[in-house]
Amino acid sequence: MKKAISVTVNGVVHHQDVEPRLLLVHLLRDVLNLTGTHIGCETSICGACTVIIDGQAVKSCTILAVQADGASVTTIEGLGTEANLHPVQEGFWEHHGLQCGYCTPGMIMAGAQLLDRISSPTADQIRHGLEGNLCRCTGYQNIVEAIQYAASKAK
Amino acid sequence: MIPAQFDYIAPTTLDEAVALLSQHADDAKVLAGGHSLIPAMKLRLAQPQLLVDIGRIKGLSYIREEGGQIRIGAMTTHYQIESSARLREICPLLPEAAGQIGDVQVRNKGTIGGSLAHSDPAADWPAAALALDAELRAVSSKGERGIKAADFFVDLFTTALEQGEILSEIRIPIPKARTGQAYLKAAQPASGFAVVGVAVSLVRDAAGKCEAAAVGITGVASKAYRAAAVEKALAGASLDEKMIAAAAAHATDGIDANGDLYASAQYRKHLAAVYARRAITAASR
Ligand SMILES: Cc1cc2nc3c(=O)[nH]c(=O)nc-3n(C[C@H](O)[C@H](O)[C@H](O)COP(=O)(O)OP(=O)(O)OC[C@H]3O[C@@H](n4cnc5c(N)ncnc54)[C@H](O)[C@@H]3O)c2cc1C
Ligand code: FES
Ligand code: FES
Repeated sequence: MKKAISVTVNGVVHHQDVEPRLLLVHLLRDVLNLTGTHIGCETSICGACTVIIDGQAVKSCTILAVQADGASVTTIEGLGTEANLHPVQEGFWEHHGLQCGYCTPGMIMAGAQLLDRISSPTADQIRHGLEGNLCRCTGYQNIVEAIQYAASKAK
Repeated sequence: MIPAQFDYIAPTTLDEAVALLSQHADDAKVLAGGHSLIPAMKLRLAQPQLLVDIGRIKGLSYIREEGGQIRIGAMTTHYQIESSARLREICPLLPEAAGQIGDVQVRNKGTIGGSLAHSDPAADWPAAALALDAELRAVSSKGERGIKAADFFVDLFTTALEQGEILSEIRIPIPKARTGQAYLKAAQPASGFAVVGVAVSLVRDAAGKCEAAAVGITGVASKAYRAAAVEKALAGASLDEKMIAAAAAHATDGIDANGDLYASAQYRKHLAAVYARRAITAASR
C-alpha cells in the first residue's frame, strides 16, 4: 500500500514511504516538520499552503505527496535565510505586508512566482497574480507594496 | 479533509495506462492535474480504489500544429496554454479562456484534458472546445477514436468517454483568416467558476459581414452547449450593435437553465444574453 518516494525539499533529498493519500502539505508539516507552510481552508481556495514545485507555485493541500515523487519543492523555509532574506520577504518586512501572518508564507511563495514571470509587474498584475491567496487582515494594499518593493530591489 | 484509502500507480506509457484501466474497470480513476478530483476525494464525493496517474506519461503535454490543426496534449496545463505566444497569434480564444480559470496555482496544475473529461457545468474549457469545433481523441485498450466536441458533453459531469478511455489530445482546426474570437465570463466571486461563460469564434467575409459564427456557452445549463439560434442569426449578418444584440438575445433558446443560491435561472438567462452580446462584440472588433 505504501509507496517509496524521494522528494527534494529546499535542496535536501528525503526518502519516505508514504500512503498514496498523504497530501503534500502533510508530508511537509507532519513528516518533515516544516511547519512554515500553513493549512488555511483545506479546500484549495486560500493559498496558505502554496509551495513551489519545479518552478511552479501550487497549493500543496491539493497535491498528493506521491505526485511530487522526484520533484524539487521549495517552501518558505527554503526561500531565504534570516541573514539573507529573499527580496519578497524583505518587502513584507519593509512594507508591513502582514498582520497575523497566517497567509504570509503562501503570499510570499506566490509573490516569488509572480516576479519570476513578470519582473516589473503593475499593481493590477500583482493583484491578479495573487488572486489564489486570501488575506483576512491586511486588505492587500501593503502586500501589493511589498511585492513592488521586491521588484525594484531585484533590479 | 483526507481522502479515503486508495492504491496509486503512475505508468510511464499510455499503453500501460489503458491496460491498467481495462484491468481495473470499475474501481480505477485517471488522475491528471488532480484539481477537481483531489478536492472531490477529500470530501469523499469520489472514492476510487485505484488512481492511475497519467502525469508521468511522456508526450502528453504539448501544443503543436499539424495537418491544418492545433493539437494540444491532454496533460497540457491551463498555464501552458495561457502563456503560449503562438496560440495568442493563431487562436486567441484558447489563451484567453485559460487565463480566466481559477487562479495562478490552479492554472499551474490543472489540465485541459482533465477539465474536459470532468465536464463540470461551470467549467470554462467546454465552451471554448465547442466554439472551436474541437475534436477530442480518446484512447483505450481497444484503439483510438475521435469525438466531436458537440457530441462529447453528455450531461452534468458526464461525457462520451467510455469506461477505460483516456482523453489524449484535443484537435482544433486552425482558424481561418478574418476570424475574430473572444471568451467572456461572469465569474462566481468566491469560486471563480463561470456563472456564465461565452466563447465566440466568428469569420467575416471580405465586406466585413459575418460569414459564420460558433458560440459555446457554459455555466447556464447542466452541460455546455452551442447556441445554435445565436449562430443562425449571425450568419450573413452585418455585425452592428443592433444585429449583435438581436442575435445575442437567443443565447438560451430551448435551454433549461440552472438556478442556485447565487444566481437564479432567470438571472443566468439574462447574463447569458448580456455576455453573448459582449463576447460577439469583442470578437467582431
Ligand atoms: C480553487 C479552484 C478553482 C477553480 N476554478 C476553475 C474555473 O474558474 N474554471 C474552470 O473551468 N475550472 C476551475 N477549476 C477546476 C480546474 O480547472 C481543474 O484543473 C480541472 O477541472 C480538472 O483538471 P485536472 O487536470 O486537475 O483533472 P483531475 O482533477 O485530475 O481529473 C478530473 C476528472 O477527469 C478525469 N480525467 C482527467 N484527465 C483525464 C483524461 N486525460 N482522460 C480521461 N479522464 C480524465 C479524472 O478521472 C477525474 O474524474 C478550479 C479548481 C480549483 C481547485
Ligand atoms: S489550505 Fe490549501 S488552499 Fe487553503
Ligand atoms: S496577515 Fe492575517 S491573513 Fe493575511
